[in-house]
Amino acid sequence: MRINEHPILKFERGKRIKFSYNGQELEGYENETIAAALHAAGIKELSKSAVLHRPRGFFCAIGTCSSCLMVVDGVPNVRVCVEPLVEGMVVETQQGRGELGGAV
Amino acid sequence: MVERFNICIIGGGPAGLRAAIAAGSAGAEVLLIDENDRLGGQLIKQTHMFFGSEKQDAGTRGIDIAQQLVNKVQSMTNVKVYLRCAALGLYDDKVLTVLHEKKYRKIRAEKFIVATGASERMLAFPGNDLPGVYGAGAVQTLMNVYGIVPGQRVLMIGAGNIGLIVSYQLLQAGVEVVAILEGSPHIGGYLVHASKVRRAGVPILTSHTIMQAIGTNAVQAAEICALDSHWARLPGSEKTLEVDTICLAVGLSPLSDLLWQAQCRLTYIAELGGHVAWRDANLCTSEPHIYIAGDVAGVEEASSAMVEGELAGLAAAKSLGLARVDVDTAMSQAREQLIALRAGPVGEKIRTGLALAQMRGDEQHA
Repeated sequence: MRINEHPILKFERGKRIKFSYNGQELEGYENETIAAALHAAGIKELSKSAVLHRPRGFFCAIGTCSSCLMVVDGVPNVRVCVEPLVEGMVVETQQGRGELGGAV
Repeated sequence: MVERFNICIIGGGPAGLRAAIAAGSAGAEVLLIDENDRLGGQLIKQTHMFFGSEKQDAGTRGIDIAQQLVNKVQSMTNVKVYLRCAALGLYDDKVLTVLHEKKYRKIRAEKFIVATGASERMLAFPGNDLPGVYGAGAVQTLMNVYGIVPGQRVLMIGAGNIGLIVSYQLLQAGVEVVAILEGSPHIGGYLVHASKVRRAGVPILTSHTIMQAIGTNAVQAAEICALDSHWARLPGSEKTLEVDTICLAVGLSPLSDLLWQAQCRLTYIAELGGHVAWRDANLCTSEPHIYIAGDVAGVEEASSAMVEGELAGLAAAKSLGLARVDVDTAMSQAREQLIALRAGPVGEKIRTGLALAQMRGDEQHA
């Protein structure tokens, strides 16, 4: 859920942009991270753990804990907590460790 | 092509920014790199006013301090900034390899100042990997940078300054804070912050901890219990709280990976948050071309990180013969400010830790 009124901060959001999440079309804003846009859309589960397939969300939001790895435009292990959202991005839940495709 | 600088600073948070300003003011050709797409580090989400004396920007909000420092850095023609630039390796031939805008590059500098900060600590309990368990810093980023609430009902773990401040910021964002748990019998943070959240009706439960997070795909509840004087669970005190977010404010650990890789001598000092580099009085490590400043040198407040940055920036420039006329005065003033910031009972832990880190550093240089 997005904050619209705040006693100290004013949020100047960028342009509204569309992206795809597991085949579903979602909207976010320019200048925010993929994780922020997903969270605002109510999506907290970002990946499944490699061994026990447990759901994982983000934890640190500064790109150090590896809890938020997703497949973005076909590339696995993207740290979505620090990766900016781009119009038309294809974001998918990562299963396990991910595999590198051809175009990396 | 290898780019050359006098001083390269890794990390554009409070320590790195002040190091860049200090080194730049001494006339050094400076490069400041940061892996994010903006400068300011974690200051950009600190909406509260700082404490201390005027010299350390007390009474100013962290977000405004960040803007002032960034403006200053951008006004200096001898300070270059690379954003989206992650340090990969720092080598003894004074070469830093980086990934800048997704391209691999090499940077050569005579001195490096590592100001990489710290990362959030985890707490061991069943279910701690469920979506909805966040570090306090992550909650701040989501709320104060992106304007998104983490959930509707939050359980905060840790009543240090970060736990108290983030709880208050959650209330400002319209989120309910169900309780703040603190394992020790005492509130660790400043009482002024504790009073603020208590006045707003948030209970602070000391000698309490979390037993488990409950939920299938995300946090739906938390089981908590009281602790006796030996930190053991008090039977019969278990309670289940309905929450969708568990926020961990249980401390930070220095991000010292680059220092390990560069083969600086590191040592574990619990008082400073984990493994830190040995350093001399000028914040120079066992590797004479590598300085440290800020949380990577020992987890403290942003106020002391800024002064450390200034000291390291001045010292690194001076070691290259690039000194302002007032360099010795400026350096001793910075040292005095650090002593003042670490004075009193609140600074005791830091003083103990720093004495160890410096003593070992001196032995090593001898």
